[in-house]
Amino acid sequence: MKEYRDDFPMLDKNIIYFDNGATTFKPKCVIDAISDYYNNYSANAHRGDYTISYKVDVQYETARKKVAEFINADFDEVIFTSGTTDSLNMIVDGFFKNFLESGDEVLLTKSEHASNVLPWFKLSKESGININYIDLDENLHVTMDNVIKAINPKTKVISIAGITNVVGDERPIDEICKYAHANDIFVIIDGAQLVPHKKVDVKKSDIDFLAFSGHKMCGPTGIGVLYGKKEFLEKLNPTRLGGGMNESFDNPNEVYLKELPSRLEAGTPNIAGVIGFSAAIDYLNKIGMDNINNYEKKLKSYLIDKLIKLPYIDIINLESDSGIVSFNIDGIFSQDVAFYLNKYNICVRAGNHCAKILKSKTGVKNSLRISLYFYNTYEEIDKFVELISDKEKIMKEMI
Amino acid sequence: MDSELKREIILDNYQNPFNKDGKDDLNYEKVNSNNESCIDNIDLYVLIEDKIIKDIHFNGEACAISTASTSIMLKNIIGKNVIDAIEYINNFMNMINENDYNEELLGEGIAFTDIYKQQNRKTCVTLPYVGIIKILKKYI
Repeated sequence: MKEYRDDFPMLDKNIIYFDNGATTFKPKCVIDAISDYYNNYSANAHRGDYTISYKVDVQYETARKKVAEFINADFDEVIFTSGTTDSLNMIVDGFFKNFLESGDEVLLTKSEHASNVLPWFKLSKESGININYIDLDENLHVTMDNVIKAINPKTKVISIAGITNVVGDERPIDEICKYAHANDIFVIIDGAQLVPHKKVDVKKSDIDFLAFSGHKMCGPTGIGVLYGKKEFLEKLNPTRLGGGMNESFDNPNEVYLKELPSRLEAGTPNIAGVIGFSAAIDYLNKIGMDNINNYEKKLKSYLIDKLIKLPYIDIINLESDSGIVSFNIDGIFSQDVAFYLNKYNICVRAGNHCAKILKSKTGVKNSLRISLYFYNTYEEIDKFVELISDKEKIMKEMI
Repeated sequence: MDSELKREIILDNYQNPFNKDGKDDLNYEKVNSNNESCIDNIDLYVLIEDKIIKDIHFNGEACAISTASTSIMLKNIIGKNVIDAIEYINNFMNMINENDYNEELLGEGIAFTDIYKQQNRKTCVTLPYVGIIKILKKYI
C-alpha cells in the first residue's frame, strides 16, 4: 500500500508512526477539505438563506449520508458527536439511564477502554445497576461460550469493543448480537478500533448502538459518530439542549424538539470536522476496507514472526489478528523503550492504554503497543525490529 | 561533568535504587506521586521528626529517569531539616526549569542538568518532587 504514502504530509517527515490506535495521520484530501470550508464557504449550518450556508448544509448532510452508507445505516440513524467517548456517554446517559432499573445487569469485559467502563460505573452508582464481566479466555479473547455463561435473567446490556485497544482481539459481534437479541439484551459496540480497520455492516450484524471516532480513520479530531437503531434513538434523551435541536419553546412545559438526527445535535456542530470526516470516508472507500484489513493482517504477521525470534520479548496478544501488537521487553520498563525508539523517530505507545482494569486479568500493568495502519510498511517494521534486537543498545541509549 | 558520567549516575541509581523497598510502618507518612502524561507511579514513605527528615523509602513502577531521580532525591534530602530540604528542591527545580541554580548544592542531581534537552522527560525527573513537596509543606 506504499502508493498511498504520498497522500500523507506527515509521512515525509522521517517518522515511523506506529501509534495509529491513538490517532491516525490525515491525507491531504482531508486537510484540503477542511481548508476549503474555512477559506471558501465558512458559514454556520442550518441558516440556508444565503448561498454559502446552503452549501454548508449540503456538505454536512452529504457527510451524514456517506457515514450511513459506510456502515450500512439509515440516514437518520447517524448522529455526529465529538467522538467515541461522547457517543458512549450519550448512549449510557441518554438511553440506558432511563431504561435500566436497579438490579439490572450490564456485561462488560476487563479489556474495555475507559470510555466503555466509566459511564457504566457512574450509572451503577446512580441507579444501582450491576456491572459484570464476560470472562476472557487464555488469549484474552471473548468466546461465545463465555458470553453465554455470563448471561443471566438480569442481563439487559452487553457493551463491548468490536476490537480492543490493547489486546487487539476481534469480538464475534454477529453471534453475540444474535444470541443477545434472542434473550432481549441490547448490544453496544465500541467501534473506535474496529470501524477504521474493517468493514462494518450494522444491519447485517444487527448492532443496536455503535460508537466510533473520525480521527482514528484518517479524519479530523473532535468528530465521531453515534449510530443507533432508529427505534432506540427515538427514545434517547438529548444530554445537551440548545440551538438547532428544538422546534419551539415558550415555557418549561412547552418545549418541542426536532426530529432525528437534529434532535441529538445541539449547538453549532463541528462543521469543519464533519466535512473533513466526509473526505476521509471517501478516501478509505477509494482504498477499500477489505484491502486495508487484509494488508494490516499481513503486516501484523510479518511483525509477529520477527518479534517471536527475540527471546526477551513477551508478546501479550500473540493470537489476536488485528494490527495491534502489545508486548514488553524483559527487564526494561515500557516507557524507557518508547523513549529509546523516539530517539530514532519511531512513535510507539507505552502505558496501560486506558484499559486500567485489564491489569487485574493479565498481571501486566504497562506495555508497549504498536498499532498499524495501511500506510505502514514492511521496511518500517524491519527498522523497528533492528532497533529492538540489541538489548544492550536499548539499555545504553534509553536515558 | 561529561554526559557519559551523568548517564552512569542515572543508570546506577536506576539499577541500584536507594531505599526502593517500600516501608510497612505506620510512623511513616505515605504519599503517591504520579502524573497525567506518563505512566510512572510511585509511593513515597516519609518519616519526619522534629522537622527533620529522618528517613524516606519508595516503591512503585517507574521509568529509568523517574526511578533514578527518586533515588537521588532521597539521598540528598534524608537527614536535612524541612527548610533545607525545600531549599534543595527549589534549587533542583530551578535547574530543571532552566532558571539560575547553584550547581554545588545538587549532589548527584547534577546528572540531570541536560534534561532540558529532552522536554518530554521533565515530568519523569520531577515525579518524586511532586509527592514530597506535598508532605514537606505541612511542616513549615
